[in-house]
Amino acid sequence: MRDVESLIETMASQLRELLARHKMTEPALIGIHTGGVWVAEQLHAQLGVTTPLGRLDISFYRDDFSRIGVNPQVRPSELPFDVENRHLILIDDVLYTGRTVRAALNELFDYGRPASVLLAVLVDRGGRELPIEANAAGAHLTLSPDQHVRLTGPDPLQLLVQTIP
Amino acid sequence: MSATHIQLDAQGRLLHFLTIEGLTHRHLTDILDTAESLRGVAERRVKKLPTLHGKTVVNLFFEASTRTRTTFELAAKRLSADVLNLNIATSSAVKGESLLDTLHNIEAMQCDMFVMRHSQSGAAEFMARHVKPHIAVLNAGDGCHAHPTQAMLDVFTIRRHKPDFPSLQIAIVGDILHSRVARSLIHALNILGAGNIRVIAPRTLLPAQVENLGVQVFHRLPEGLRDVDVVVMLRLQRERMEGALLPSEQEFFQQYGLTEERLALAKPDAIVMHPGPINRGVEIDSRVADGPRSVILEQVTNGIAVRMAIMSITLGHHARLTGEDA
Repeated sequence: MRDVESLIETMASQLRELLARHKMTEPALIGIHTGGVWVAEQLHAQLGVTTPLGRLDISFYRDDFSRIGVNPQVRPSELPFDVENRHLILIDDVLYTGRTVRAALNELFDYGRPASVLLAVLVDRGGRELPIEANAAGAHLTLSPDQHVRLTGPDPLQLLVQTIP
Repeated sequence: MSATHIQLDAQGRLLHFLTIEGLTHRHLTDILDTAESLRGVAERRVKKLPTLHGKTVVNLFFEASTRTRTTFELAAKRLSADVLNLNIATSSAVKGESLLDTLHNIEAMQCDMFVMRHSQSGAAEFMARHVKPHIAVLNAGDGCHAHPTQAMLDVFTIRRHKPDFPSLQIAIVGDILHSRVARSLIHALNILGAGNIRVIAPRTLLPAQVENLGVQVFHRLPEGLRDVDVVVMLRLQRERMEGALLPSEQEFFQQYGLTEERLALAKPDAIVMHPGPINRGVEIDSRVADGPRSVILEQVTNGIAVRMAIMSITLGHHARLTGEDA
């Protein structure tokens, strides 16, 4: 597979095109902890966005709290800008079932009513369980359910595909 | 099995929160870190998280409380739980209903968590032993024994100002004998590795063998306050005093009251804490309580996030235990 840097470049060019086409100015980038934040940091620099980067931890919004409880590694969500009426780009490393994105959207709307939200992911691996799609993706992978794709980082950023028996 | 053990499952995860005793550094830092993530919720447009949506929390208060009960209530509501407040001091207990009968009746209402305050030491532990396995019990103060959520909000407040516990000198001043806050706080500070914990009180207001808790004892306030980083003042609990433990409130203030002059003996950046309610002019002068070094109202705010953390952690473990939705 291509290296992570070139996948992020692909995401950046797709996003530039989208922002221009929809005339979205001063968008804010929001990375989902942890891998999404690493990708968002690089995109933030590449797109030359002036609004400070947002970081979202969706632990308290997960739909499986009653199965797995609170993630002990939870970190504070930080959105250092006003969400109200702003164009947002939500960024994650891997798009799979769509449940993380569902949780992230719910959390975002508790901060305010954005003008729009685009979803950008490093890897779309299929397997959706909810009606959610990415607007920009570095790569599309076809993986079986026993295969697991994970981003390690932050330096260097690397994609690992493992088979879990 | 002691309260220490009954609050943990076989993997050492918190099921109830009854006492600080026997918990590990990891338990405490997990609660503090989770609370740190929850603090920002109060500044958002929607001050609410969906985490405990559909759960019911019962505040069972057999003893009067304003701050603790309201912050527990707010914590539960900010996690989207439904809350029932029962002030038993004014209800069935007066009519002679036993604790077990009260418990079974509330269980029959399909609740998920009991937050309990009682004048008898060990009351919350008793509840935890007898509740159905899906219910979590949080101790909101039992007699002179423990007030573990207060201790957690105190160490959370200290950590936000002075995160390096091993370098800290902390003085706890006043009525240590009747204080469940002091006992729980001393345990928490020891677990977090606080450098030096001092208690400052007259002999009559210190429990026997207080030194065994891992504290340094002072009977004179000026000596004890020298170079401390944190001063924790306690409320003089006249309602729990039997007989003549102290001469008069005026005399207590003269010897142990925190004034600006005395606070000057502590480090220049020392913070002043008090679990409330404050007896102004008895244990603390108003100029100190309302002064720039006081973090007393911050403690109240932090109490909400800390209680949200403990509620979501304990109920999260129960969910796992009962395999709900699995």
